[in-house]
Amino acid sequence: MLPDIPRERQLGILRKMLMIRRAEEHCIRFNEEHTGLLRGHFHVYIGQEATGVSVCDWLNPDDYVFTTHRNHGHVIAKGGDPKKVLAEIIGRATGYCQGRAGTFHVAAPGVGIIHTSAIVGGCLALAGGTAYAAQVKGEKAITVVFFGDGAMEEGVFYETVNIAKLWNLPLIFWMENNYRRAGGRGAGNAALELTNIPKALDVETTVIDGIDVGTVHKTAKSIVERVRGGQGPLFVEARTHLWPGNAFNMPKLIGGVTDIAWAWDAGKAPEKVRDWHKDHDPILNYVRELESAGMSRAELAKIDAEVSKEADAAAQFALNSPLPAAEDAVKYAFAGEGN
Amino acid sequence: MPQEMTFGEALLEAIDEVAEKDPRIVMFNPSFAGEAGHAKLAALRKKYAARIKYPPIAEIGFCGVAIGAAMAGLRPIVDISTATFSYEAIAQIVNEAAIAHSNSGGLTSAPVTFYLKFGIRGGGGVQHSGSPQSWYWNTPGLQVVMPSTPADAKGLMRTVLLKSKDPTIFFGHDRLLDDKGMVPDGAYEIPLGKADVKRAGKDVTIIALSIQVPRALAAAEILAKEGIDAEVIDPRTLQPLDKPALLASVKKTGRVVITDESPDNCGVAAGLAAIIADEGFASLRAPIKRVSIPPVPVPYAVPQEDYVTPLAGRIAEVARALCR
Repeated sequence: MLPDIPRERQLGILRKMLMIRRAEEHCIRFNEEHTGLLRGHFHVYIGQEATGVSVCDWLNPDDYVFTTHRNHGHVIAKGGDPKKVLAEIIGRATGYCQGRAGTFHVAAPGVGIIHTSAIVGGCLALAGGTAYAAQVKGEKAITVVFFGDGAMEEGVFYETVNIAKLWNLPLIFWMENNYRRAGGRGAGNAALELTNIPKALDVETTVIDGIDVGTVHKTAKSIVERVRGGQGPLFVEARTHLWPGNAFNMPKLIGGVTDIAWAWDAGKAPEKVRDWHKDHDPILNYVRELESAGMSRAELAKIDAEVSKEADAAAQFALNSPLPAAEDAVKYAFAGEGN
Repeated sequence: MPQEMTFGEALLEAIDEVAEKDPRIVMFNPSFAGEAGHAKLAALRKKYAARIKYPPIAEIGFCGVAIGAAMAGLRPIVDISTATFSYEAIAQIVNEAAIAHSNSGGLTSAPVTFYLKFGIRGGGGVQHSGSPQSWYWNTPGLQVVMPSTPADAKGLMRTVLLKSKDPTIFFGHDRLLDDKGMVPDGAYEIPLGKADVKRAGKDVTIIALSIQVPRALAAAEILAKEGIDAEVIDPRTLQPLDKPALLASVKKTGRVVITDESPDNCGVAAGLAAIIADEGFASLRAPIKRVSIPPVPVPYAVPQEDYVTPLAGRIAEVARALCR
């Protein structure tokens, strides 16, 4: 369903989801088309855009968001500049972290993403920390920590939920289940329903369809309002479906870039990705809903073309950006002077 | 008027003075003081009750919370209690706090202070006698502070709490906590990275931090009776490190013994020895010697624990051999 908000805001969500998709397609193309440009392995957020964008639509600039190795989407969703994200991914001086962080650790403090860990579960406790800091300072800021099903196998998850509940922290545990880790229910975690774990600590949980923008948006509104009102912490499991190109350590564009026309003509999509785009792609699902609500295909294609053009420019910006100076490697180990 | 107080009381005084003026100071599990500090500790806990948390037994959880809070503008001080408990939280301390500033290209910092009660305490056995200073010193992004006297403890703690922009591991040796010393009057800070010559001498340099300073001074007394004039120099902090002061002392004496309670291999003494070999080789008239602990988990039984502890007698013996 469509979120119950004005059309302009609905389209803002579409644009942001499309920007994440297009930027990450460039990320994969960096790897496929330029040998050695994208160093080491990487992960993309394709297929999960509905959750990050819909949650961040309810957040203020000073709210904190923590993410994971799958961070590109969250940074853009929270207001990050795709140019700086793509530049960071390929280690350029113009990236958010001057190329020091790379794809795994993009941090953008200016939009509330102060640190990104690629260690599974690495940011859970830190998110407890920003929530605690806001509580101590009497600020209204809340913290949302995004993580995957795999992080719930880590001990730090239990410890952080326990502390958050004991201290009543303004913290949203937003689990995006892409079923990559578990490979099926019960494979990586003894709990058949992962929500049983926070429930054991008396934390209220909600399970939703993570590819439906309307559902996510509505849930996020209520969860954000309640946590901001002092009722936190709360736990949400948003269920998504692994994009077939994500089945590899180095994601592959196995069906090429997403064609928005597949929304109304699913048969045109390559067979390898056809079912996924037809049934599980949050963006094409949303496009179909907007069409049903009266938008023309031409209008929707125009929006996609505008976003794609901006993403292309961002990729070009990244590719044209300089590498950081070699001798700057030893900068920044310490913040203090005289170290 | 300078006052006599214990190491633990000096720490409490520093924390109280800074916390009084800076509402960003919050405390997790404050203890710090050892037995002698109990009255002062009770007063501190009462005075700052609103800014103190007693988290569950969840080191990786509450250390991570403290780090995140520091990233968001608070200045938390976390009493880890026994240093080995920090191993439960090392993923957060080493893999998050230490890297945040570098990873972000200088945008994010985590000025959190972890206080660790470390070392061979007497009967601590294999799990409560740990000395992880070399691990943390080997982690870029962490400041490592190891005072030896109440006066230094206060001045260094004030500096860390007031001015530090980085995560700090502050080591207090269990056996120093009840030791008394004169502490200067009023508020004062000792900069990090500034060594202190605890005893001037000309024949041999003994480099020591924390508990090893009183042991080195005792060794120097033994040596003095034999006509050997030892210099005892205390770097006070490993990161930042006052290399010029150490090299100047070695230049003066030509001989150096380095003592620490971390193990021989890749320990603090090994790290300092490498620096002196690299940058002060021309000054040396004898090999660099280490007096640390052999690579074995610290045993419980009295004679075995004494055997591995780098006590004054062993320091004196090694220094004596160098001067012959």
